[in-house]
Amino acid sequence: MIDRHWIWIAAACYLVGVVIGTIALVRHRKQPAATIYVIVAGGFVSQTVGLYLRGLAVGGCPLGNTFELFQFTAWSATALYLVVGLTFRLSLLGYFTSLLSVVLTTVSLAIPAWDATRRVNVFGGNVWIEFHAALALFSYGVFALLALTSIMFLLRNYSLKHKRLSGAFTFLPAIRDLDHISVRLLTVGVSLLSASLLVGAAHWIRALDTVDLPKLLVTVTIWIAYGAAFFLRRRGKLYGTKLSWVCIVLFGAALLSVYPVDSSRHGGDEAPASSFSQP
Amino acid sequence: MSASDPTLFVVGATHHTAPLEWRERLALTPEKMPEFQSRLAALPGLQEFAVLNTCNRLEIYGVADEESTLDTLRTALCEHQDIEVDAFRSLEMRELDAKAIYHLTSVSAGLESQLIGENEIFGQVKDAYAEAQDVRSVGPVLHKVFQKAFQAAKHVRTHTAIAEGQVSVANVAVDLATTIFGSLADARVLLAGAGEIGEQAAKAFRSRGANDLTVTSRTMEKAMSLAASLDARALPFEKLGRRLADFDIIVCATAAPGSILSGPALATAMARRPAAPLFLIDLALPRDIDPAAGDLDNVYLYNLDDLARISEENRAARVAEIEKARDMITEKSTYLWESLKRRPGNES
Repeated sequence: MIDRHWIWIAAACYLVGVVIGTIALVRHRKQPAATIYVIVAGGFVSQTVGLYLRGLAVGGCPLGNTFELFQFTAWSATALYLVVGLTFRLSLLGYFTSLLSVVLTTVSLAIPAWDATRRVNVFGGNVWIEFHAALALFSYGVFALLALTSIMFLLRNYSLKHKRLSGAFTFLPAIRDLDHISVRLLTVGVSLLSASLLVGAAHWIRALDTVDLPKLLVTVTIWIAYGAAFFLRRRGKLYGTKLSWVCIVLFGAALLSVYPVDSSRHGGDEAPASSFSQP
Repeated sequence: MSASDPTLFVVGATHHTAPLEWRERLALTPEKMPEFQSRLAALPGLQEFAVLNTCNRLEIYGVADEESTLDTLRTALCEHQDIEVDAFRSLEMRELDAKAIYHLTSVSAGLESQLIGENEIFGQVKDAYAEAQDVRSVGPVLHKVFQKAFQAAKHVRTHTAIAEGQVSVANVAVDLATTIFGSLADARVLLAGAGEIGEQAAKAFRSRGANDLTVTSRTMEKAMSLAASLDARALPFEKLGRRLADFDIIVCATAAPGSILSGPALATAMARRPAAPLFLIDLALPRDIDPAAGDLDNVYLYNLDDLARISEENRAARVAEIEKARDMITEKSTYLWESLKRRPGNES
């Protein structure tokens, strides 16, 4: 099997998680959290194999085109869920993670242009730049999970404010627990992105001509935006529903910026991605 | 068990068949119980028995040589409780064989309770069985019937929604608090008003793990008295406005003629703790809390009508599950009855 086959299997696993979760929601039954966790873990393993094969083929971290960026983001969010879900046991988080992962993996699989070509030698053989890129993408995975907990916060807030507590709302976690986990995810995401920028900056300072200006501007803007959200939350100025909306909008913006930023990059040479697919 | 075999039965009176004044007359006090058990043990033809005695039912489960033994048992019960047999006959509930098993399971699962799905009855049935074991009045048939009934009742409670959702206003409020705070262990709860409904709510919070309770009342003596009984702190009513920001949950149940917590006062309190949610429960009539407070960010305000509506929804959801639960119990009690009939020595 080639790498994309493994990723299709991962997408199928995530879809099964969504279907099982939706059936439970429609029937007003408690989410089969353990089952969904195992299915998502299965999808994660399959996606890991797929990305590993791609990584072997390209001789580094597979971050050479939009398809790979989306896959890496979904993989990061899922990896984090597998840790967070086990620790915090947030009801419905597995369902929402399955939903996000199935969308990210399927959309990127379904758009052939995103994986038609990929840049080779995109990091110029510099492991620190590769590390910088992997950290940045992992922080996007954290922000993806943060967007999910923010959506859950808004739903729980809506249910409490409008006194609609039956049906699917029954299974949402407590609003204070959602706030706590969101703040932790925001802290982790901002820390990872900051570390990523520090690592990147150490290289850029020495080789300014290699800097992709659009990419740098977008990344720094996102970092500043998330950093501001973090700072304002710490100061008690941004919280609750407003913070949730900010986290959702920022992640949407970060995701939407992936394709144009990736297209504008001038590092590395283009090559057909199929030549890298490895059984 | 065949037609000529011993009869499995339940005899008694419940809130479905007997009004309160009759149930009072039928109730066996702890002092009367041993004497009644001795009387049953000496009853000719009664092989096994267990007595379930709660405020809503007096039921005697047993195995008798023949059905006529039940008439003797009825007479013994009426004599013991000083009740006319004819009067009792009109109140009597009597089920035999598979229907007796069905009834025991149904009672254990909370389907026969006044508050459908309530959990307390399960413990009461277990206690009745344990007591019967202590006096050695249960034999192989009742052992099996009770144990299987417990299993079936647990299955029904797990696989249907008859026990889901709280139905008392105080417990609905506590359930809501858990949807806001998760664990209540570190939630700071303030009770304003030392009346009965507030006390019930405070006890419900305490029973669900709230450790930090404070009581305030317009009459400080009442606040101190209630605080002592709840192992809580008392707060002078005059300090309430200044201390609002110190609490996560505020239960208001005073008899004050107007609101005691204004929107601006709560807004000021929230400014000191903007990111922390505040749950306001207004159990008073007229209302104690300005309804405008519900519009504040991170403030969740519920009044008596809101809680009553949720309670009614939960009750309706439980009732909607009864049919499903009854089907499960019928299937399991029929299966148990068939297996009892197949027991060695019971071949017809």
